[in-house]
Amino acid sequence: MNSTKKKLLGTPYFIWSAIFIVVPLCMVFYYGLTDKSGAFTMENILSIATPEHSKALWLALLLSLISTVICLLLAYPLAMILCKMNVNQHSFIVLIFILPMWMNFLLRTLAWQTLLEKTGVINSILTFLHLPTLNIINTPYAIVLGMVYNFLPFMVLPIYNALSKIDVNVINAARDLGANELQVFLKVTLPLTVPGIISGITMVFIPALTTFVISNLLGGSKILLIGNVVEQEFTQASNWHLGSGLSIVLMLFIILNMVISAVFDKDGEGSVL
Amino acid sequence: MNKILIDLQHISKSFDGQMVLDDLNLYIRENEFLTLLGPSGCGKTTTLRILGGFETPDQGKVIFDGADITKMPPNKRQLNTVFQKYALFTHMTIAENIAFGLKIKNKPKTYIDDKIKYALKLVNLEGYENRMPDSLSGGQQQRIAIARAIVNEPKVLLLDEPLGALDLKLRQDMQYELIRLKNELGITFIYVTHDQEEALTMSDTIVVMNQGYIQQIGSPEKIYNEPENAFVADFIGDSNIIGGTMIEDKLVEIFGTKFPCVDTGFGHNKPVDVVIRPEDVILSSPVNGKLKGIVTHLIFKGVHYEMEVTANGYEWLVHSTGMFPVGTEVGIDVDPYNIQIMNKPASEDEEAAKIDE
Amino acid sequence: MIKNTAKKIYVFLIFVFLYAPIATLIVLSFNASKTRAKWGGFTLKWYIALFKNDDILQALFNTLAIALIASLVATVVGTIACIAIMNLKKRSRTVVMGITNIPMLNADIVTGISLMLLFISMGLRFGFGTILLSHITFCIPYVILSVMPRMKQLNPSTFEAALDLGAGPIYGFFKVVFPDILPGVLSGFLMAFTMSLDDFIITHFTKGAGVDTLSTKIYTEVKKGIKPEMYALSTIIFVTVLILLLLVNKAPADKKQEA
Repeated sequence: MNSTKKKLLGTPYFIWSAIFIVVPLCMVFYYGLTDKSGAFTMENILSIATPEHSKALWLALLLSLISTVICLLLAYPLAMILCKMNVNQHSFIVLIFILPMWMNFLLRTLAWQTLLEKTGVINSILTFLHLPTLNIINTPYAIVLGMVYNFLPFMVLPIYNALSKIDVNVINAARDLGANELQVFLKVTLPLTVPGIISGITMVFIPALTTFVISNLLGGSKILLIGNVVEQEFTQASNWHLGSGLSIVLMLFIILNMVISAVFDKDGEGSVL
Repeated sequence: MNKILIDLQHISKSFDGQMVLDDLNLYIRENEFLTLLGPSGCGKTTTLRILGGFETPDQGKVIFDGADITKMPPNKRQLNTVFQKYALFTHMTIAENIAFGLKIKNKPKTYIDDKIKYALKLVNLEGYENRMPDSLSGGQQQRIAIARAIVNEPKVLLLDEPLGALDLKLRQDMQYELIRLKNELGITFIYVTHDQEEALTMSDTIVVMNQGYIQQIGSPEKIYNEPENAFVADFIGDSNIIGGTMIEDKLVEIFGTKFPCVDTGFGHNKPVDVVIRPEDVILSSPVNGKLKGIVTHLIFKGVHYEMEVTANGYEWLVHSTGMFPVGTEVGIDVDPYNIQIMNKPASEDEEAAKIDE
Repeated sequence: MIKNTAKKIYVFLIFVFLYAPIATLIVLSFNASKTRAKWGGFTLKWYIALFKNDDILQALFNTLAIALIASLVATVVGTIACIAIMNLKKRSRTVVMGITNIPMLNADIVTGISLMLLFISMGLRFGFGTILLSHITFCIPYVILSVMPRMKQLNPSTFEAALDLGAGPIYGFFKVVFPDILPGVLSGFLMAFTMSLDDFIITHFTKGAGVDTLSTKIYTEVKKGIKPEMYALSTIIFVTVLILLLLVNKAPADKKQEA
C-alpha cells in the first residue's frame, strides 16, 4: 500500500472535520458579522464595549486569570512531588485525576454548595475548631474555587507529563556541572517543562474564561460572566447575531492563546494525554 | 557463470523533486553475494527498497526471473528482507515471528514447527521459540530477523545494513555467519552497507554507488586494487591520491620524479590521478628512495604503524610494520604494480559530484 | 524527613480537595432527609427509588448510548485518520492537526453554539442525533491525539516486514501495527468516552426538547432541587468505574511481577 492510498484513508475524517469543525466556525463568524436582515455589521462585536458586557468580560478575565495562576502554583509542586514519588505507573497518576470526571461535572460543582454553605460541612468543622467561618458562597471567591477545582487536573497532567519526560541524566549532568538544586530547577527543569506549562495554562484559562455553569452554580444568579451573557443570548434572548458577535470576541482570546502556545510548544509535546 | 536472476533496467527515482537514482542499470546473478556500497544518500537503500517492492521507480523496470515485477506489491514477491533495525514483531514470541510468513501461506502446523526448529538451528539459537524479542540481545534479534526471512525460502534475501547496530566484535562474527548461511542456503544475497570492510569481506560482487550513480562494479579485489576513479579509491580504504602526469605507457611522473608503473593506454603527457595504497608505500633511508620526506606523525595501530610523511608538500599516508620516529628523514618508493593510474575527472563539476559526501 | 512529610501532607490535601465533593455526593446519596442541607439518617431508599424513576433511567440510557456510540465511531475514524495524517506532507499535516486541535482548544461554549447554528441551517431536528454528531466531533481529537504519538514511535519497517513476509496490507495492519498502537487506541477511546459522559455545555446547546442526558437533566433540576436519586445514580456509576479501574490497573501489575 503506497502513501497515496494511505492518504485516502483520511477522507472520512477530513470531510467530517470540514463539516463539523470548519463550517460551524464560519457560521459563527457569519452570524457575528451580520444583523437580522443579513447585512454586514460590526455592531454585534462592538457591543462588547457596552458597560454590561464589558463588565462581564473583565470579571471573567480577572477570575480566570486568578484561577489559572492558582492552578499553576498548586499544580507545579504537586507534579514534581508525584514525579519523584516513584509512582512508576504513569497511567495510575492520570487515572487519579480523570476519575472524578466520572462523577457528573454539575453534581461535583453543586457539592461545593453543600460544603461551603453558612451551615455547611466546612463551616461546621471550622466552628468545631473555634475558627472563624468562611462565607464565600455566592461570591466571586466561590467561582474561583469552582474553577480551580474543575480545571486543576488539566494543569497537573501536562506538567506531570513534561516533568516525567525529562531524562534523569540531564538533571545529573547539571548537578555534575556544579548547579545547585535551585539552579537546576531554574535553568533545566523549568525551561524543559515550558510546553507543559503553556498547555496547562491553555487548558485552564480558556474553559475558565468562557464558563457559564460554574458562575451559575456557585455565584448565585447575580454574578454575570461573559459566558453567561453569551449563553443567555442563545437560549433565552434568541439573539444569535449578538451571541455570535460576543463569541468572536471570546475567540480572539482563544486565538491569542493558541498563537502563544504554538510559539512555545512547536512539537505539541505538552499534550494532556 | 550462473544465469541472471534480477535485472534492473533504466531505474530512476526521485523524492520531492530530488533525484535519488538516475538511469541505474544492474543485473544480479543467481547465487551471487552482491553488495551495494556507498555513503548515506547514495541511493543504495532506495535500490534495495525498489527490489523489495516498498518503492516504485519513476522510470525503468525490475525484471525478476524473466518476469516484470516493477509494480508487484511486496507480499507477492519471492524475495524477503532483513531490515535495518530488525523490525521484529515485539508482541509475538520468537516462534510466532518466524511462523508469520508461513501461517499466511497456510502451511500445515507440523511443517511450520519443523521450519522454526530448522531456522533456529541455522542461526544457532535453538530453544529460543518461546522467548520474546525484547529479551534478546541485538545480535540475537538480528539472527531471528534472518531466520524469519529465510523460512519462506525466498530466492533472494535482501539485507539492509543488518549489522549496523551491532558492536565491532559481533559484527565480525556475524560476517562469517552470513557467508556460512549463504553457502548453506544457496540463494542470492543482496546486501546494503556503507562499511567498506564488510563489503570486501563478504561479497562476490561489489557495486560502489554515489549520488544515484554506479561508480564501479567488480569483485572485491578489483575494486580495491583497481579503483576506476578517485571516489572509489577514496571510499574503499585509505589511499594517497596524487595528481601526476602520464609521460608514456608504463611511466608516470609524480612531484617531478618518474615512477615506472604497469598501466598503459593513457596517452602521452596526460594529467592523471595516481592512487597508491598506504600499505604499498615503501619507506627506507633517504638515499634509497625516489622521493625524500620527513615523518610528521606516528601512531601504533596494532597490526601496523600508521605514519604521515611530508614530501614535496604532500602528506603521504603510510602503513608499515617498520617504525620510523617522528622527525626522521626517509626515502619513499613504490613498486610499479602498486601504482594505480586513473583518468582525471573530465570537469570540475564531475569531480565535485564524485567526491562530495 | 520533615520535608518528605510536608510533601505527603501537600499531596494529601490536594486529593482531599479533589475528592471532597465526591465524598459529599456519596454521603448525600444515603441521606434520609430530602434537602441536602441536613443529615436525616442513613437510608437506601433513593437507590430503590432510582430504579423506579423512568426519567432518570431514560437520561442514563441516552448518556451511555451517546457516549458509547460517539467514542466507538470516533475511535475508528480517528485511528484511520492517523494513518493518513502520518503520510501527509508536513504542511498539510500542520493544517490538519491545527483543525483537529480546534475542538480541544476552543471554548466548549463556542463549539456548542457553532454546532447549534450548523444544525439549524441544515434543518436538522434537534435531539438524540444532533447530540451524537456533536459528541463524535469533539471525541475524534482525543483519539487522534492519543493514537498519534504511538504511530510516530512505530518502526515503519515492522509493517514493511509483514508485507515482505507475504501479508496483505489489511492483514499486516491488524497483525503487527494494531497491537503496537492498541494502548493509544484504548486510552483514546476511554478519554473520548469519559469526555462524552461528562459533557454538559455542548449537549446543552445541541439537544432538543424532550431528550435529556444526565447532565442536562441535572441542570434543569438545579433550580428546583436535585432529586436524591441522582446522587444515588452518580454514586453507583463512580463506584463501578472505580472498581473497574482498580481491576484493570491490578491486572498488568501482576503480569509484570511474573515476568
